Amino acid sequence: MKKVIMPFVMVVVLAMTPYLAVHYAGLTYLFGVIIPYTAAVVLVLGVLWRLFNWLRRPVPFCIPTTCGQEKSFAWIKHDRIENPTNSLQAGIRVLTEVLFFRSLFRNTKAEWHKDANLAYGSHKWLWLGGLVFHWSLLIIVLRHARFFFVMVPGFVDFLDHADGFFDIILPTFYVTDALALAAVTFLFVRRLSDAKMRILSLPTDYFPLLLIGAIVVVGVLMRYVVRLDIMPVKDQMLRLVNFSFDAPGEIGTLFYVHLFLVSVLAIYFPFSKLMHAGAIFLSPTRNLANNSRIKRHINPWNKDIKFKTYSEYEDDYRDKMKKANLPLEKQ
Amino acid sequence: MSKYVSKMSELKKELDEKPSVLKGNYSHKDWWDLPVEFHDGNWCFPGKPEVLQELGFANPRKWAATDADWQLPSDWKKTISEGLQSRLKQYRSMKLFLDSCIRCGACADKCHFFLGTGDPKNMPVLRAELLRSVYRNDFPLVEKILKGFSGARKLTPEVIKEWHMYFNQCTECRRCSVFCPLGIDTAEITMLVRELLNLIGVNNNWILGPVANCNRTGNHLGIEPHTFVQNIESLADDIKELTGANVSPTFNRKGAEVLFITPSGDVFGDPGVYTMMGYLLLFHHIGLDYTISTYASEGGNFGMFTSNDMMKKINAKMYHEAKRLGVKWLLGGECGHMWRVVNQYMSTMNGPADFLEQPVSPVTGTRFANAAATKMVHIAEFTADLIHHKKLKLDPKRNDHLRTTFHDSCNIARGMGMFEEPRYVLRNVCNTFHEMPENTIREKTFCCGSGSGLNAEEYMEIRMKGGLPRAHAVKYVKEKHKVDSLVTICAIDRASLTPLMKYWNPCVAVYGLHELVGNALIMDGEKKRTTDLRENTMAGFEDGGDDEE
Repeated sequence: MKKVIMPFVMVVVLAMTPYLAVHYAGLTYLFGVIIPYTAAVVLVLGVLWRLFNWLRRPVPFCIPTTCGQEKSFAWIKHDRIENPTNSLQAGIRVLTEVLFFRSLFRNTKAEWHKDANLAYGSHKWLWLGGLVFHWSLLIIVLRHARFFFVMVPGFVDFLDHADGFFDIILPTFYVTDALALAAVTFLFVRRLSDAKMRILSLPTDYFPLLLIGAIVVVGVLMRYVVRLDIMPVKDQMLRLVNFSFDAPGEIGTLFYVHLFLVSVLAIYFPFSKLMHAGAIFLSPTRNLANNSRIKRHINPWNKDIKFKTYSEYEDDYRDKMKKANLPLEKQ
Repeated sequence: MSKYVSKMSELKKELDEKPSVLKGNYSHKDWWDLPVEFHDGNWCFPGKPEVLQELGFANPRKWAATDADWQLPSDWKKTISEGLQSRLKQYRSMKLFLDSCIRCGACADKCHFFLGTGDPKNMPVLRAELLRSVYRNDFPLVEKILKGFSGARKLTPEVIKEWHMYFNQCTECRRCSVFCPLGIDTAEITMLVRELLNLIGVNNNWILGPVANCNRTGNHLGIEPHTFVQNIESLADDIKELTGANVSPTFNRKGAEVLFITPSGDVFGDPGVYTMMGYLLLFHHIGLDYTISTYASEGGNFGMFTSNDMMKKINAKMYHEAKRLGVKWLLGGECGHMWRVVNQYMSTMNGPADFLEQPVSPVTGTRFANAAATKMVHIAEFTADLIHHKKLKLDPKRNDHLRTTFHDSCNIARGMGMFEEPRYVLRNVCNTFHEMPENTIREKTFCCGSGSGLNAEEYMEIRMKGGLPRAHAVKYVKEKHKVDSLVTICAIDRASLTPLMKYWNPCVAVYGLHELVGNALIMDGEKKRTTDLRENTMAGFEDGGDDEE
C-alpha cells in the first residue's frame, strides 16, 4: 500500500501548496508566471533532450517483431502492416499503434479452468480504457486552445460543439470530462484490483494517474461547481503565450491549483515513463521494415570478429577428412 | 521420466489447487524482497572451465548455482556497470526498452514461463524490471533524487543470482513483444543480460558447450568431418532400404549450385534424422545440384544465446564456406533461431554476400526476391514453391496414419513471419491437419519451453512448466480431433517437444515438416512402400494389402 499512499500524499501536498501560497501569502506571481514559464521550458527542453538522447544511439540490427505473414510469393497474401517490407508500411504500423493502440487490441486474458486447463479469453478493457483516456485528454488539451488565442480557432469551436453534444446543463457539459475521469479511475482501480498488477506497479505508476486525475477534478470543479470567472484566466494565459511577465489579475485560487498541477506534470513528463509518448515512434520492433533479407541493414559499429576459417579447420582435420574421401584444399 | 522433475500428476495437482494465474500470496510484499532459490530442476549446469578456456571467456572455475558464493571476479560490479553502459551506447533498442515501459501489464500473462510457474518475476515486465531497477540506480539523475519512488536498487550478488535465474527462464521467444503497446521486446533485454553475465562467468554449459563445439568442429554436437559424412551416408543407406531411392549427397564439393545448411540435430538426433532423410529424398527427387559442408555444418547458432559477437563468429562460416565452394546461393533447413539469425542478423553482421547470386529455383525458375540480399532460402519456401508449380509427385495418403497439428516456432513466427508456406506444404503432403486454438498459433505461438539453449536435462522442471501452454494447446486438439502428430519446422522443437509431449500428452509424436514430405514423395523407380521413414506402418499400405481407394 505504501506504493499508493506515497504518490497520493505527494499529489495532495502538491495541490495544497499553491492554494495556501496564493490564498494566504499572495504568491500569485510565483504561481501564475514564474512556475508556468519554468515548467514550459523544462518540458520543451527535456523532451527534446530525451528524444535526442535516444536518436543519437544507433540501431545496429533490423529487429521488427513480425505479427503477420511475410512477403514471399505472389500467391501468398502478404500482411503489409503487421509484417511491413518498406518504410511506408512500417510507418502505417507505427501510426496505428499511436492512434489506435493496435498491439493492445490483441490483448487476451489467461485463466485456469477446471482440470488444469489453460484458456485465453479476449480482453479488451485495457485497450478501451487506455484509448478513452488518451483521446479524452487530447481533446481536452485541444479545447484549452481557446485560452491561448484572442480569436478562438475554428477547430476548437468544432471540438467544443462535438464534445458538448449532450447539452443538458449550463455550462455545457463536456463528454470528455466524464470520460477522462472514468478512464483515469479505471486505470487506477485496475492496478489495485488485480494481484499481478499490484506486484508489478511502482509508485511512479500511481503518481501520474493521481496527478492527472487531480488536474481533471480541479478543472471540473472550476467549470461546473465554483464557476470560476473565465475572462481573467484567458487574460493571464494570453499574457503567458505572448511572453509577458506582467503580474496576473484577480483570479480564483483554484485556477492556481490547476495551473500548478499542470506545471508539475510538465516538469515530470520528460524524466518519467510518460516519455513513452515519444518512445512509441522509435520502437525498433515496430518502426523497422522486415526487409533485412531483401536489403542489407547497416550496423555502424559492426565489429570485426575473428572466426575459425576453413583452412584452419582443414589443418585440424586433414587426415580424418582424407580418410573420409573429402576434397581438400591442401594435400 | 527425469529425476529433475516431479511426476505429471503431482505438477497438475499443484496447478489445480491454485487456480489463479499468479501462484502464491504476495500481498504486502514487493517483488525485490522475494528470495531466489535454486534447487534441482531449476538451474542449468554452469560452463565447464575447459570450455570457457577454449572460448577465452571470463572466470573459468567449478561452481554451481546452489553455492552460496559464486566466486565472481573481484571487479564484477565494475564489469557489469561498464558493460551495461557500453551496450546502452550501442543499442537504441536497449535504452528505449529500459526507459519507456509504462508497466501496463499487457505482457504479464503472455509468457509461457509465467503461465507455467506462476512466479511473478516471470511476468515479462518484471523480468525487465530486474535490470531496469539497477539501471535506474546507476543512471538518470532524477531517479536518484526520488529514490524509493521509482523502484531503483543497488547491484548486489543477490541481483546477479536473480538475473541468472530469470534471464534463463526466458527463451527469447518474443511473444510478449507482440502484445506490448510500445513494442518492448524482452528477448532483446535477455540477450543483453546474458551477454553481461558471461562477462563475469555466470553461464550455462548447455549453451557454451555447443558454442565451443561449433567453433572447433563446425557444429554444435561436435561431430568431426568423417563422422558427419558417415552419419549422413548411413541415412542415405536407410533411405535406399526403405524406398529403393539412391540418394547420394556430396560433401564440400566445389561448384555445386546450392550449399545446404541445416542444424546438426537433423544429422545426429532423433527425430531430426528423419527430417534429414526427407531433405535428401526431396533433393534427389528434383535433381538438385547441391552440396553439404562438414565445416559450415551447423544451421543453428548458440552464439545468439551467448553474445552478439559470438553469434557473428559462428554465423560467419556460412558465407565463408559459400564463397570458398563457389556456390550460387544458400538453402537453409528447418530451424527456429537459425532463421532469426539468417533473417535479421546475417547480412548485417557478415554480409554483403555480393559473391552469391539472387536465389532462383532451378526447377520452377522462381526468383526468390525476398532473399535478394541474404541469398539464403528457407526450405519451406523452396518446397512450397515446388508444390505450387506441381513439380513434386506426392501421395498424401502415405501420411494417413498421422493426424497432424502444426507448431509455429517462435523465431520463424515473430522474427520472420513465415506462416503460410509450411502450412501449404503440410496440407499438400498430408490429409489430416488441425490447427491449435487461435491464441496459441502464428504470431501468438507458444514456445516449446526449452528454446534459447535451455534444453538441458537438469533443467527439466522449468522446461516442463514452461512448455505447459504449448502442451495444453496440443492436448486440446488431441482430445477434439484425435491429433497424434505435432509437426514443427525447428530442430530445438524436435528435440524438446518430444519429452514435453511424453510428459503432458503421451502418445503425441513430434515430426519435422520435411519428414512428412519425405513420406509422401513418390520416387522414381521406388519399391513398394509399406512403412514411413520411421519404419512405422502406413495406414492402407500394409504388406499384402493393396493401396487402392
